Amino acid sequence: MDLDPLLLSRLQFAFTISFHILFPAFTIGLAWWIVMLEGVWLWTNRPIFRSLSEFWTKIFAISFGMGVVSGIVMSYQFGTNWSRWSDVTGNVLGPLIQYEVVTAFFLEAAFLGIMLFGRDRVPRPIHFLATFLVALGTLISAFWILSANSWMHTPAGYEIRDGRFFVTDWWQVVFNPSFPYRLAHMLTATFLTASFVVAGFSAWYMLREHHLEHARQGMAWSLGLITVLAPLQVVIGDLHGLNTLDHQPAKIAAMEGHWEGGPQAPLILFGIPDMEQERNHYEIGIPGLSSLILTHEFEGEVPGLKQFPREDRPNAAIVFFSFRVMVGLGLLMVLVAVLHVILRLRGTLFENRAFMRFLIAMTPSGFVALEMGWITTEAGRQPWVVQGLMRTADAVTPSLTGPAAATTLAAFVAAYAIIYLAGSYYLVRMLRTGPNPPSHYMQPHEPARDAPRPKRPLSKADQAFAEGE
Amino acid sequence: MTEDWQTLTLIWTGICAFAVVMYVLMDGFDLGIGILFPFVRQDEDRDVMMNSVAPIWDFNETWLILGGAGLFAAFPLVYAVVLPAFYLPLMLMLIALIFRGVAFEFRFKARTSRALWDRSFHFGSVLATFAQGVVLGGLIQGVEVQGRSFAGGMLDWLTPFSIVTGVALIFGYALLGATWMIWRSSGDLQAWAYQAARPLLYAVLAFIVIVSVWTPIAEPGIRERWFSLPNLFLLSPVPLVTGLTAVGLLRALDRRREVLPFILTMVLFVLSFLGLAISLWPVIVPPSITIWDAASPPESQIFLLVGMVFLIPSILLYTAYCYWVFRGKVTGTFYH
Repeated sequence: MDLDPLLLSRLQFAFTISFHILFPAFTIGLAWWIVMLEGVWLWTNRPIFRSLSEFWTKIFAISFGMGVVSGIVMSYQFGTNWSRWSDVTGNVLGPLIQYEVVTAFFLEAAFLGIMLFGRDRVPRPIHFLATFLVALGTLISAFWILSANSWMHTPAGYEIRDGRFFVTDWWQVVFNPSFPYRLAHMLTATFLTASFVVAGFSAWYMLREHHLEHARQGMAWSLGLITVLAPLQVVIGDLHGLNTLDHQPAKIAAMEGHWEGGPQAPLILFGIPDMEQERNHYEIGIPGLSSLILTHEFEGEVPGLKQFPREDRPNAAIVFFSFRVMVGLGLLMVLVAVLHVILRLRGTLFENRAFMRFLIAMTPSGFVALEMGWITTEAGRQPWVVQGLMRTADAVTPSLTGPAAATTLAAFVAAYAIIYLAGSYYLVRMLRTGPNPPSHYMQPHEPARDAPRPKRPLSKADQAFAEGE
Repeated sequence: MTEDWQTLTLIWTGICAFAVVMYVLMDGFDLGIGILFPFVRQDEDRDVMMNSVAPIWDFNETWLILGGAGLFAAFPLVYAVVLPAFYLPLMLMLIALIFRGVAFEFRFKARTSRALWDRSFHFGSVLATFAQGVVLGGLIQGVEVQGRSFAGGMLDWLTPFSIVTGVALIFGYALLGATWMIWRSSGDLQAWAYQAARPLLYAVLAFIVIVSVWTPIAEPGIRERWFSLPNLFLLSPVPLVTGLTAVGLLRALDRRREVLPFILTMVLFVLSFLGLAISLWPVIVPPSITIWDAASPPESQIFLLVGMVFLIPSILLYTAYCYWVFRGKVTGTFYH
């Protein structure tokens, strides 16, 4: 059996980044949820918010830790497995990644310590500030990494000398054509992901009649956000798609499942794209709708895969299906938003058990939609690593052997399986235990710098409660 | 090769060297904690050890990412040659760091599997350190380059010398960890750390001597650098100061000083790094790639430098603040 280092490296990259992205996807949104909770706690002193904040901070800690360790892998894998890509694009992308490290990673990592462990060592506003800076770091990080990624989809501001990229205009590099759309789409996705996790677990507590006050707050805030963001995400996604149509028509053809292209193209709801025969099996479509969506008129011309040489086409089936799963989940999210508004107007939001079960089922929807979206855009760029300029096959490390790549791929699969299972186990156990009751926090809160920490603050709680909480 | 670009390249060499030294010093002591972990008998003492680095380990490891990203940005050729050359040890390091990193969170959440995460923390730390030492040793020996790519085999790095440097670094980080514990702990644990530091220091000194003798014998270029005139005299302060630092460190341990041992151990590391830099300069990937071959063009260097001027000082400032928040002796009950 021949082990192909290129294929193995692609699998390894796909596997490690799919695993890694789960954690940033969750922690960006979650960090801002915690900032909000901390802010309200600082402002109102209501113990329920401290309790909620500490609870979600524990969840955040585990997710963030797993994000960090799997992220370090990414920053080295560029060089170990894709050394030609590193050399050719280093002048452009290296500085963007470096800026991510110095503007975001250090900020997050430094203040994470205070956020997680420092509550009793700093004044309350400082703890809030630390939490805010961690959350800010997650956003800045997304800014740079999405800029770098977008550049590979829509390269701009460069020239090529001796087969390598050189920058002519940094502004164009950073704010390349697909970047604003991708950034907006991704950030909205992360907020939706975290919102659905909070909504799902709140609904679960509500159904089991545990932690009712936490559940009520969690559902109210997360559903409020979902109601704004889910419809907005549809609009952003549409704009992102139109941008892709301009810059990566082959990707759009694969997403839509079009082979011929042209005017009056149907919106294909289902089909099985066949790369060999250049057609779809079992196709079900709505005539003209794809042209209407993409060009806003029935007669609009849309791209078809046959317009591109075979060796320049992405894998039609992968892109076609991942795109449909993403869109399907997005529409379910909009349904949640609509149901939420209806139940709110009827005043039965916290009584409707069917809706709660729906929310529980939707808990992982953000993760799945986000993975599918990334598969769509990344697989849709293939066979290019830098759209139209550098092929993935030319990016791989020339010295890498098949057995070495197979060994490390197997090691990563084993390692991630172990920590994923362990992490999920601890997360689920924590979620089952649930947050501390708000009464746990009813004591005057002062920084106890060098004083030993009280082991059980409950003794002081009643007194403080009587004094005016 | 213009003068401005030369200056920029020198600045970037400095920044990358700074990042590497920072990484070795900062993650060095918390990897050292992991290396020493099973040798401490009491479970409560292990809690203290872990707590002493729990709020900062993530930050310390960020320097490793800075090192990787810094090379990618400022010396893309180095990144594209060195990482493939050390594919297997680097992957070992990454996977070891994963098992070690998650232990910080999992250990305190675990009940029955606590001992398992203790082991994960220990072996992760040992293997990651060993891998780093191996990469260092392999790099000193040089990598085969053709055009702009690594052209050797997947196991070229595996030599007696690289194994020695791998083991040496385990002792080095353990010493950093022990002196860190002297500073941050009290009572039995501190007494244990004092006891551990002395043999570790002897081992580290032995390794410094072995590597310092081995490299000039094996590498004619390095021999030339150190033993030709007038270099022999100009460079003689490096080994002399190293010797003095070692003596000072021994005395500091004898006199039960609390902070000084850690500081002097860091000095020892900086001096070793300096010795390495002198041996190789201006080569960055032996035997042939110099910083001038590998540097990115001025437009990339300037774009980054503009930000660095503000960012590096502010990073150091807020790090100092965060360390300061967690100052003082560490106790067992700590976790969020």
